[in-house]
Amino acid sequence: MAMAADAPKDGFRLSMLIYDTRFRAMTIQVVVLILVLLGVAWLLNNTIVNLAAKDKDINFSFLWSRTGYDIGQALIPYTNDSNHFRAAMVGLINTLVLALFGCIFATILGVFAGVLRLSNNWIVGRLMTVYVEMFRNVPLLLWIILFYVILSELLPSTADFRASAALIADGKPPLASMSFGGTVALTNQGTNVPAPYFTHGLGSYAVGDFSINFNFLAILAVVVVSFLVNRRLVRNARAVQEETGVRPVTWWKSLAILILPIAILLAALGLAFDIPVFGKFNFAGGISIAHAFTAMLIALSLYTGAFIAEVVRAGIIAISRGQSEAAFALGLRPGRTMSLIILPQALRVIIPPLISQYLNLTKNTSLGIAVSYLDLRGTLGGITLNQTGRELECMLLMMAIYLTISLIISSVMNAFNNSVRLKER
Amino acid sequence: MAEAALDTSKMKISDEVAISIVAMNKWYGTFHVLRDIDMTVNRGERIVICGPSGSGKSTLIRCINRLEEHQAGQIVVDGTELTSDLKNIDKVRSEVGMVFQHFNLFPHLTILENCTLAPIWVRKIPKREAEETAMHFLRKVKIPEQANKYPGQLSGGQQQRVAIARSLCMKPRIMLFDEPTSALDPEMIKEVLDTMIELAQEGMTMICVTHEMGFAQAVANRVIFMDQGQIVEQNEPKEFFNNPKSDRTKLFLSQILGH
Amino acid sequence: MTAMQETFVRSEMLGPSAPPISERGAVKWARSNLFSSPLNTILTLLGITALFLLLQGLLPWLLNGVWNANSLAECRAIVAANAGEGATGACWAMIRERWHQFLFGFYPSAEYWRPVLAFALLFAALAPVLYAGIRRNILMMLGAVTVCLLAALIGLGTTAPHLIQATVLMAVLIAVAVWQPKKLILFTLLYPAIAFFLLWGGSVWSPVVAMLGFGVLALVYRFLVGRLGVVVATGLGFVAACLWWMFAQTPLAAEINAVLPLGLTPIDSDQFGGFLLAFVIGVTAISASLPIGILLALGRQSDMFLIKTLSVGFIEFIRGVPLITMLFTASLLLQYFLPPNTNFDLILRVIILVTLFASAYIAEVIRGGLAALPRGQYEAADGLGLDYWQAQRLIIMPQALKIAIPGIVSSFIGLFKDTTLVAFVGLLDPLKGVTQVVRADINWKGIYWEPYIFVGLIFFIICFGMSRYSMYLERKLKTDHR
Repeated sequence: MAMAADAPKDGFRLSMLIYDTRFRAMTIQVVVLILVLLGVAWLLNNTIVNLAAKDKDINFSFLWSRTGYDIGQALIPYTNDSNHFRAAMVGLINTLVLALFGCIFATILGVFAGVLRLSNNWIVGRLMTVYVEMFRNVPLLLWIILFYVILSELLPSTADFRASAALIADGKPPLASMSFGGTVALTNQGTNVPAPYFTHGLGSYAVGDFSINFNFLAILAVVVVSFLVNRRLVRNARAVQEETGVRPVTWWKSLAILILPIAILLAALGLAFDIPVFGKFNFAGGISIAHAFTAMLIALSLYTGAFIAEVVRAGIIAISRGQSEAAFALGLRPGRTMSLIILPQALRVIIPPLISQYLNLTKNTSLGIAVSYLDLRGTLGGITLNQTGRELECMLLMMAIYLTISLIISSVMNAFNNSVRLKER
Repeated sequence: MAEAALDTSKMKISDEVAISIVAMNKWYGTFHVLRDIDMTVNRGERIVICGPSGSGKSTLIRCINRLEEHQAGQIVVDGTELTSDLKNIDKVRSEVGMVFQHFNLFPHLTILENCTLAPIWVRKIPKREAEETAMHFLRKVKIPEQANKYPGQLSGGQQQRVAIARSLCMKPRIMLFDEPTSALDPEMIKEVLDTMIELAQEGMTMICVTHEMGFAQAVANRVIFMDQGQIVEQNEPKEFFNNPKSDRTKLFLSQILGH
Repeated sequence: MTAMQETFVRSEMLGPSAPPISERGAVKWARSNLFSSPLNTILTLLGITALFLLLQGLLPWLLNGVWNANSLAECRAIVAANAGEGATGACWAMIRERWHQFLFGFYPSAEYWRPVLAFALLFAALAPVLYAGIRRNILMMLGAVTVCLLAALIGLGTTAPHLIQATVLMAVLIAVAVWQPKKLILFTLLYPAIAFFLLWGGSVWSPVVAMLGFGVLALVYRFLVGRLGVVVATGLGFVAACLWWMFAQTPLAAEINAVLPLGLTPIDSDQFGGFLLAFVIGVTAISASLPIGILLALGRQSDMFLIKTLSVGFIEFIRGVPLITMLFTASLLLQYFLPPNTNFDLILRVIILVTLFASAYIAEVIRGGLAALPRGQYEAADGLGLDYWQAQRLIIMPQALKIAIPGIVSSFIGLFKDTTLVAFVGLLDPLKGVTQVVRADINWKGIYWEPYIFVGLIFFIICFGMSRYSMYLERKLKTDHR
């Protein structure tokens, strides 16, 4: 053993490996290491034997073979001729899109519900409590399936939108009509919404498999510049306040800076909407959003929103009443007290659990399996796995990807936590 | 408390009324916390309010800057009556400073920022000027070197002195102290009391809820004893301590002074 | 300082008086809780509108509910006949016909008394843990359990012999609680074997012999602990127990069974379903994950680099992947990792992976409990001369676990809700599995609100109850500490 060299030669006895604090830790670690290695070796050996028995190997080349299956919601170009890797990427993007929208809606819902639950309005407070408890104490899966079933069984079928000869003869309208001023069609097949497009678009440029959309880049650039200019404006306002004591009124300038440029750009590009229209048998034009996505989004937002509401409520409660009283006693108005005293402190309490809720939501997108939403688990861990029979490889890849997403989110959380931690003795 | 050291040259009580409270009543739900409070405070007065816990003394001074709402009677502070009118409340609060039992410093701001926050946002004073004022008062409470630290890094006594400096930065005409020393260790009580004595010597109008009887004897010109939400006895300190009239006062004093 | 002196002595104390009329009663309540500001008034009106719309849709549906029918079509006909054409009404008749499937899956109805008894005994086993030898509380709990158990058994139409057996068993437990409340912990230790025997049936000797394995462990430990220390003795004891289970278990159980055949009708795993399955997986996983979680939490706090790294790696890995991937590992991958031709029950495989999953979360909860302990507790334990395991067992863990109870309960709630995911590896969970079976029936095709409301309600009652209980515990702990 290596540590024998460090030991004083004269006094070393074997029992010191266990009873001497200098060696004890080392001994335990070595024993554990050996046990762990033995365990891993046993598992690996089993795996190799089992694979050999089934005449399989570990090989990731299946990723480059043709898939042969279609994916309804593909945000990057994908056909059933694409390879499994691309299918996995489509799935990953679907996972991330669902997680992103879910996080946004859940946050909005959660903040509203959390704040309203604390309001001194009795009815609103109780309603929010009912919402929070109802969603927190019932499995997410139930909400997903329920919303999916409601959407696909309660909504009218596409045929109901048809003005059949019999109905026209009776002078009656079709059984179902489009909502939101005739722009959105809710059918039991999916939701048809208007698709935005540009009449004077800037086109796109293809690089290999990917294409760069100049419209998107232009919009992104304008938004970023607007934000920078607005930040400048706010900073200026603060400088003026520090100089003269009076803070100039900036909200309308901010509003103009944030909205006007993007509006002008969109007008210049000729933003238009392709509104879905009912043809002979089905809807044409627009984008059709599958109910799998809608149901997942609604369920995830409402479910996680309930948890976020509790996080927000706990964060606000955690700031002692003394803080707002001290601010009031100094003459600060409630609005300023909120923005200068309560929020900066509450955010420190809220953000760590909030991000772990985001993490949960992201992991919960894998429940898309219940409604056949083709996310990462649905493509790589579902159809691809079943088609190729590569359980080990697919599961390993899928776990690695989920793990990477989680680790990225939690390392961001830790960095944030460290930067805003209150200084104490 | 070293009474001899007290410099009384600036401690003058004028005839001008600073606070007047007439027939004020307050209920928490159906619980009658303050009963028929009548009280006038002249400018320059230093009043100590004492009484058993739950006697309503904290509630009384919290009513003076409307941290609590009274339901009957009248409170007039510096000629401004406290009603639900937000303008009046703002006016009173910017003229009345308050120091809390648990300091209530803002833990996310430095000591200096704690002191400049209200002058900047309420008094609309330029930042540099506010910082100069803040440093002036921090020197006065003898902790200018801590200006860039955070409240969590200071001891309790230091925190309470910062809280006093923070109130002073608003240049208040009246200071309210709500048991400023009762959350402190014995050795820190003195440093806070010294600061308060200094303030008294400069002629500040002060109302102080405290059990520090030494402070009351040395500094106060009037001691008010409250029990069951009402003023039971008030007198100048010497008379109050040496010759209490009411039985309740006697009992209270024997409990707090005797061992 | 004589500008103004005011002396005043109150001769007569004022009594309390009632607040003015505007400050009390319903008026004051409505003013301060509903209409204190314009914004509040708007919110109130919005809230009332929302409530009204909700009730308008819900109430007729609930009030027109039908309990006696044989199919959805019949339900609708009855609703139409009773409440007029176009009226809506719930079809609870489905639940009346199928409730047992939601609760027990395809468990044979003649044997329903077994899971019910096992469920009741779970509380009896929990009592000594929750109330640590306080006779009054244990007795109250046992009494309540007995009453509920008998009511449930009679309600299920259990035959007299089983009813008598259950009564006798509960009477024995109560007797033990009266005379020797501390001994009841033995029952808690035996409970896993009892529950296994009741649920799966088969020969009684398998669980008995398996439990003897723990006896072997204890024997070896007691024999060696004086000479070799806690860790080594435990390790060797564990090895001995493993040897027992590997080599003595099957032949010995078969041998005894041949001499004295005793047992219950064996039930196959794929007959398990509904809330029975959810409870089996949830309760087993949480209780098995507790010891693993404790070890992981200690490992994460350890100064030893290797142990810390392994613990952190395991915890973060498990917490980083969705439960579904763990379940798929159970159903697809476990066969690769185990020796060739090992083939065991899917429920057991799922339980193993769910246990690993839960133990990572439990480890974090316990780590929170350890972190909440004042530093002085560790120092005091060291100062008393206790070694590491003694300090953990006697000083640290009892306190840390107590602090962690609310966290453990909420982990259990989360896990219990997540047991519904086992539907995706082909098990019959109450939500997706059983509901699908019901909805596939031609009589109940097209029914959706009722099964989901029924299952959701049961989940809600259990989870909400547990979360309130853990909040109560939390409050109680807080007052204990101050």
